Amino acid sequence: MRAQSLLCPTEAGLYCPEGGFHIDPLRPVERALITHAHSDHARSGHGAVMATAETLDIMRLRMGPDFAAATQIAAGPQRIGGVEVDFHPAGHVLGSSQISVTAGDCRIVVSGDYARAPNPSCAPFEPVDCDVFVTEATFGLPVFRFPDPASQIAKLIASMDEFPDRPHLIGAYALGKAQHVLALMRQAGYDAPIAIHGGLQAICDYYIAQGVALGELIPATADQVPAQLVLAPPSAFASLWVQRFRDPVIGFASGWMAVRARARQRGVELPLIISDHVDWPSLTATLSELAPAEVWVTHGAEDGVMRWCEMAQIPARPLRLVGYEDEAE
Amino acid sequence: MKAFAALLERLAFTPARNAKLQLLQHYLERIPDPDRGWALAALTGDLQLRTVTPSLLRGLAAERVDSQLLALSYDFVGDLAETIALIWPEGAQDDPPLSTAVALLQGTGKAALPGVIAAMLDRLGPSERLAFLKLATGNLRVGVSARMARMALAGMGGPSVTEIEEIWHGLAPPYGPLFGWIAGGARPDSAALAPFRPVMLSTATDPQELAALSPQDYFAEWKWDGIRVQAASEGGVRRLYSRTGEDISDAFPDVIEAMDFEGTLDGELLVRRDAEIAPFGDLQKRLNRKAVGKALLASHPAGLRLYDVLLWEGRDLRPEALHIRRNLLENLDLGARIDVSPLLDFTTWDELAALRADPPATVIEGVMIKRRDSPYLAGRPRGPWFKWKRDPMVVDAVLLYAQRGHGKRSGFHSDFTFGLWHGAELVPVGKAYFGFTDAELRELDRFVRANTTERFGPVRQLSPKLVVEVAFEGLNRSTRHKSGVAMRFPRISRIRWDKPAAEADHLATLEAML
Repeated sequence: MRAQSLLCPTEAGLYCPEGGFHIDPLRPVERALITHAHSDHARSGHGAVMATAETLDIMRLRMGPDFAAATQIAAGPQRIGGVEVDFHPAGHVLGSSQISVTAGDCRIVVSGDYARAPNPSCAPFEPVDCDVFVTEATFGLPVFRFPDPASQIAKLIASMDEFPDRPHLIGAYALGKAQHVLALMRQAGYDAPIAIHGGLQAICDYYIAQGVALGELIPATADQVPAQLVLAPPSAFASLWVQRFRDPVIGFASGWMAVRARARQRGVELPLIISDHVDWPSLTATLSELAPAEVWVTHGAEDGVMRWCEMAQIPARPLRLVGYEDEAE
Repeated sequence: MKAFAALLERLAFTPARNAKLQLLQHYLERIPDPDRGWALAALTGDLQLRTVTPSLLRGLAAERVDSQLLALSYDFVGDLAETIALIWPEGAQDDPPLSTAVALLQGTGKAALPGVIAAMLDRLGPSERLAFLKLATGNLRVGVSARMARMALAGMGGPSVTEIEEIWHGLAPPYGPLFGWIAGGARPDSAALAPFRPVMLSTATDPQELAALSPQDYFAEWKWDGIRVQAASEGGVRRLYSRTGEDISDAFPDVIEAMDFEGTLDGELLVRRDAEIAPFGDLQKRLNRKAVGKALLASHPAGLRLYDVLLWEGRDLRPEALHIRRNLLENLDLGARIDVSPLLDFTTWDELAALRADPPATVIEGVMIKRRDSPYLAGRPRGPWFKWKRDPMVVDAVLLYAQRGHGKRSGFHSDFTFGLWHGAELVPVGKAYFGFTDAELRELDRFVRANTTERFGPVRQLSPKLVVEVAFEGLNRSTRHKSGVAMRFPRISRIRWDKPAAEADHLATLEAML
């Protein structure tokens, strides 16, 4: 079977006619396979949803128990219609998966969002042999070469030492990034209580219940927050909540912080380059390692990845799917 | 290089002056000579390096990176040096001292320069590459003035900022003797001629404070609205300094030429056309220039109006009483460009108040009151000298936009754009960041949140209904402002919760104040 007829881009997202399902659909569909629980990939209102147990749990936490008519936990290879599907860890956030779709001798792997750098808060990316690899391109330009996250944590700790009287408020998205930063802090040996904004509580609790060590977390809701380090979702920085902190150092943890203009736009005093996506070297290394017959590029800087594929002589096509943002980065 | 790069990055993202000072001071305390001296010189713009052009950098990058990927990347990043720093193939991540980089940029000939820069980039990690390229392009832009650098040096616990200012102009990077002095060694001998001497400053006063003082003990003179300068001329070397000791000679060759004397004088730098003193806006055209053209010299001639004399023909007059210094000053003839600020005739504070209320020229911003027996003291001692500024101008304007502040004002909307009526429309006329109390800031923030009509990134557009009284010190015509006028030191002096927006002032009211 030809790859183009196995999965095709539609306005609702990638669709598999043979199996009658969409992957990460952008609007409500009858049957959806979901790579991970970030809101641009995991939407509510589908008929049936198949995803990892963690992704389903987090969707339930964020959208309520009725987010889909029926759910099925992805466990091992499954047949749907005429195709076989399977889920493989993507290293992006807890529960994140690549989805492989196989029919006959043709296999497509849809990576969703993925990362190759070790992340103490989720399972590592698992390379899967395939004919077509569908890659994200969020950071698909050679200027994105992320430093060791430990160096960014060291920068944060150095700033907390430099300004011991100033609370450090770090913006981090609620699912994935916040827990990644917390786990990195603990890995670096920081064992004081860390305060978290109410918007992070439910997902942090879930990570802890799944066995991810995040250390002692206290709510950052009182008038006086007895912690020097405070994590909050980015939206909190425009709210009245910030006003309880005296002379804070505002930081933000994101791959975008690698570019100064992006950090300035956010009014950030302490940019921390910590990402849950592949940077340019790991994206291109992944393509070299998998050596698929063809690469399809979804959202992000498609032009950069297309150019690299052209130089590496790997056939590639942009899918031009509209609707995936870098919401969680 | 790593420590320098980390400092630059922190400074670039730190808006608060005190936090900048602290970062700088800790860096200077931690880093050994000569690197800290080179860093200091780089930050204050006192480092003479071979300047690397953007086209040289483009050429280097083109040898290492695919041109399409480079173009896509530059398009995204928006800054050439940063793009190259980020995209340069990863190398050794070595940590050579800053002095190595400085030596390369000082000592390499033009032909060898591209190769030397590429070899250096190969040794460095991404932050260090950016620091190196910013250094090489002479474009650090981290908001550190020479004054701030000297304050950081003073913060290290040795000599005070005025003591450092006094010898600063005799020093050269990397300032080994200066750091030696700060660490407790000998004060460096300043061999430089015409050095800067720390300036004496005044404190603000009001009628209540003056009432307790005896008018006979004081001189009074106009406070001219130019910039306070020190003119030093010694052994053929002539220098013009701002009051914080920046050397501004290059921008004022006409004044330098007129400084035909041997001594150090204190006065106001003004643009003057014969007897007439031009408004501050005219002087502004002459400021912050490395060189100045003939046309501007002719249309905006600068001169001095003297307040005081510190040294004269080898004599240090600073310990003498002011009336003795004035006496000397009044007997000088220094040509048409330099004259002495006249004393005001008054016997009571009421008489002085009347003069202050009706000055003979618009370029007067109040009166200065100085004890007749005061010696010339460095710094801002309380008492001997007062400034009694004229009352600020005010308009009632409508708040149009608000932006969140930083540091202590994080989470509060503290930066306001206000406007005046022009027909049925409100035109933005300025921005104000201060003037209100902490309690008022909270009320303003609450107003902003409740009255936002649209958001543009960090900026909120407001429903135009809150009137604020804006006080300001002066007004200039400006082509950069939509309204055509620019205010000096605008601040919110009162919040007019009581006043309907329709009753705010019109642009014409402001224009009439010009």
